[in-house]
Amino acid sequence: MSQDISAKSDTVKLLTFRLGDQEYSLDIMCVREIRGWTKATPMPCAPNFMRGVINLRGTVLPVMDLAERLGLPPRAHCDRNVIIVVSHQDRMTGLLVDAVSDIIALSDSDLQPPPDASSHGVPAIIKSLTLFEDRMIRVLDLPIVVTVTQGEAA
Amino acid sequence: MTPPDPMAEIRASFFVECEELLEAMQDGLQLMDEGAHDGETIHVVFRAVHSIKGGAGAFGLNGLVRFAHKYENTLDAVRSEALAVDADLLNLFFRATDHLFDLVRAARDNADLPTAQSDSLLRELEICIGAPPAPDGAEPEIEFQPIGLALDLGCDTDAPPVLTQSPQYDIVFAPDTEMFENGNDAYPILGALAGLGECSVTCDTSRLPGLDSLAPETSYLSWTVRLTADADAAEIASMFEFVEGLCTYTITPVTEADASEPLRNVTGDIAPVVPLLPDTPSPPAANSGCEATAPPAAPKTVVRVDLDRIERLVNLVGELVINQAMMAQSLQNAGLSPHSDAMNGLEEFQRLTRDIQDSVMMIRAQPVKSLFQRMSRIVREASVAVGKEVRLISEGESTEVDKTVIESLADPLTHMIRNAVDHGLETPADRLAAGKPEGGIVRLSAAHRSGRVIMEVSDDGGGIDRARVQKIAKDKGLIPADAVLSDSEIDNLLFLPGFSTAATVSDLSGRGVGMDVVRTSIQSLGGRISIASTQGQGTTFSISLPLTLAVLDGMVVKVADETLVVPLNMVAETLTISGDTLDSIQPGVDVVRVRSGFVPLFDLGHHLGYRPKLDSYIDSAALLITHDDGTLGALVVDEIQDQRQIVIKGLDDTFGRAPGIAAATILGDGQIALILDPSDIIAKSADFKAGAPLKLEA
Amino acid sequence: MSLHVLAVDDSRTMRDMIRLALEPAGFTVHTADDGVHGTEVLSQTAPDVIITDINMPRLDGFGFIDAVRENSDHLSTPILVLTTEAAPELKMRARAAGATGWIVKPFDPAKLVKALQMVAG
Repeated sequence: MSQDISAKSDTVKLLTFRLGDQEYSLDIMCVREIRGWTKATPMPCAPNFMRGVINLRGTVLPVMDLAERLGLPPRAHCDRNVIIVVSHQDRMTGLLVDAVSDIIALSDSDLQPPPDASSHGVPAIIKSLTLFEDRMIRVLDLPIVVTVTQGEAA
Repeated sequence: MTPPDPMAEIRASFFVECEELLEAMQDGLQLMDEGAHDGETIHVVFRAVHSIKGGAGAFGLNGLVRFAHKYENTLDAVRSEALAVDADLLNLFFRATDHLFDLVRAARDNADLPTAQSDSLLRELEICIGAPPAPDGAEPEIEFQPIGLALDLGCDTDAPPVLTQSPQYDIVFAPDTEMFENGNDAYPILGALAGLGECSVTCDTSRLPGLDSLAPETSYLSWTVRLTADADAAEIASMFEFVEGLCTYTITPVTEADASEPLRNVTGDIAPVVPLLPDTPSPPAANSGCEATAPPAAPKTVVRVDLDRIERLVNLVGELVINQAMMAQSLQNAGLSPHSDAMNGLEEFQRLTRDIQDSVMMIRAQPVKSLFQRMSRIVREASVAVGKEVRLISEGESTEVDKTVIESLADPLTHMIRNAVDHGLETPADRLAAGKPEGGIVRLSAAHRSGRVIMEVSDDGGGIDRARVQKIAKDKGLIPADAVLSDSEIDNLLFLPGFSTAATVSDLSGRGVGMDVVRTSIQSLGGRISIASTQGQGTTFSISLPLTLAVLDGMVVKVADETLVVPLNMVAETLTISGDTLDSIQPGVDVVRVRSGFVPLFDLGHHLGYRPKLDSYIDSAALLITHDDGTLGALVVDEIQDQRQIVIKGLDDTFGRAPGIAAATILGDGQIALILDPSDIIAKSADFKAGAPLKLEA
Repeated sequence: MSLHVLAVDDSRTMRDMIRLALEPAGFTVHTADDGVHGTEVLSQTAPDVIITDINMPRLDGFGFIDAVRENSDHLSTPILVLTTEAAPELKMRARAAGATGWIVKPFDPAKLVKALQMVAG
């Protein structure tokens, strides 16, 4: 995919979305599409945060419950839930979120590293933080989100 | 997008051609090995090396040219019967061909050429024809001109503007009669001279006799050309290269004094040439290559297609099938009768699409021959490494298999063949002691059978030493110490991970790749592998593969709320469990009686985690599954829906590969259904211990 | 009107390269895979000049040249032979067989075109 034309090379565009009452975001470059929830076919013996697979125009797309992946308390799902289809190293994954908010453009200097998170539940998966219109938005590290280590898969 | 570079395309195509030529060489050498001594076979091998050399020269592949050239010389000696063929020479030719293959591959991949090996083989080749080894690098006889990329050949650039300072030449040119016999003609030569510069040409007709004494086939004319050109005498002389000895010509530089003298009869045109019809008899035939004992088959017309395009076509046809299934569903939901015109039309439509699908699936099919030829090389190298004499006999080389399957088979087959040579076959001494011929045989075969491809790798060695296998398995804790196993169960122990019978790990097969890896590879292609062995006679591995990787005949079932697909060729039959046939061996282990045996039940819904175990299996539907080793299992499902041809969609294993889930498909309603591997599910389930017998006697 | 060339060689790579060298220079190129195929294409295309390899299956270069010369339409059609060596014996043998000229493989496109011009104008 060709690079988006940015006037300054340090501009980054983020897709923001909600999980519960928290706001998260992903670099728009890795987002392929956004679609509504459809029933997924569960995969036996998959990690708990995997909802299953859905039919994405003829390909089999694994869908991950992002809230559960991040260790947030589980909540009921309803049809309003949205699947963000992301691509990492030629593999596509669907991330189930509550709702998509907006696309915002920031410069690198607006992103701050997270405080030392080793004492918190989910280290490193949050790449940086930013403040936008007085709201704290967490920027996710996509490779870490979609790469499941052996231990986690058990 | 930059336009494709034609030279790069030709180069890529050259390497493909090399592979074809190398295959033809293997065939030829194989025939010679089997005793064929007709002239044509050696010509085929010679021409193949010759063509590889020719192409390699054009691309500047020096190492390849050097080796091919010497190899060609030795083959030429055989071709002209100066050198006789014996087993040692053939062996050398086989090794030289293998090396040529390596050189071609290295050249193709821009890797370093294995020149050290080249040198030693070259010495052997040279010794055969008695030639003293040439000093390395000295190849005076090859006129080597790599093709440059400048293909803009505007030849008119040769004509320089006429300047009074350009040198002038007087050229007198008189063709002999013989000159015209080979299609040479004065006109083009004069034209070529004109290409060098300004020409004034006169034709000297003084030797023409009167018409009545004119012999039409005799040359009487000559020409004088005054050429003004920035060329030297050598370059002008090169225009006469083809007619040296067939004419007389002189090139005389014009001095200042002569330049002022005008030529007589200056005309601007080149005199027309009197057409002479030579009636020369055909030159003596030198067609040693013409008399073939059997005319080789005319080459098939083939088209080379980008594999990406085929992939796309396969996918599109798959989509078509899925779409039709969805349409059928919608029509059914809309309440249309199955006998209505629309439904009939759709059925016909689906039939046609299946035909297209069959044809498309076979586009990618290739004969397994190239794979088998690679295996014969493996046998050659392996037998040398372990010091045994082994021959590979192959059958069914023309059997066609999907190209992607062929590529994935190379590693497992290599391993099995190395195993056969290393472990399967006994040492020459043991073989003789057992009354067998000293040389061992490895047999490789492929055939189509009931919609699948069956491949067998067998050896005529000592067979599986079952006592030893059992002991090793017990020692490694793979089976309980007191287990009693049937012969076939013991044979199947070889497929367990961590199993190796090699007392000493030889260089060859002891690389940590066990038969379990081989089996997993075969299974990932949708295939199955089984083993049979007779003490003292040998061992046979049978591999069964689907014809293509993309479609499957499946049985669609419902388990809990999920729709699943079971490959039809694993389903022996379907049955309904009744109170009479149901029984329980011990709590938690249920069986169903099928004719004379008891078959263990497997609660699919429970084991896949969809629902808790059923309280009662009475009136449940079950699929009777046949495992690779012939034993049976019964999968309990909630509902059997129908049988369908389904398109297989791969599952990537980013999030772990669920045991027993082979792939997925998309149903008519757009939902994804998982495709099961029933054997795998049962084998990996916690309820059944690995290696425990699955078939119980009453 | 461009000159028609018939190039006969059993190596696909060689046929491709001849085509690549000659078509930009304005020649119309026809190809054949061996001597037998060459005689078929010969009758269909009536070329002005022929290029042929020597080592080919079914009918080799010398046999093909014979066949060409036996065709009354092509008694004096120029024939260039592709050889891998510039040795004089080969040139004499080619000439004795009825060839008009020769090209040494691997060939320089410019030399190929020049050779064609020397025999066919």
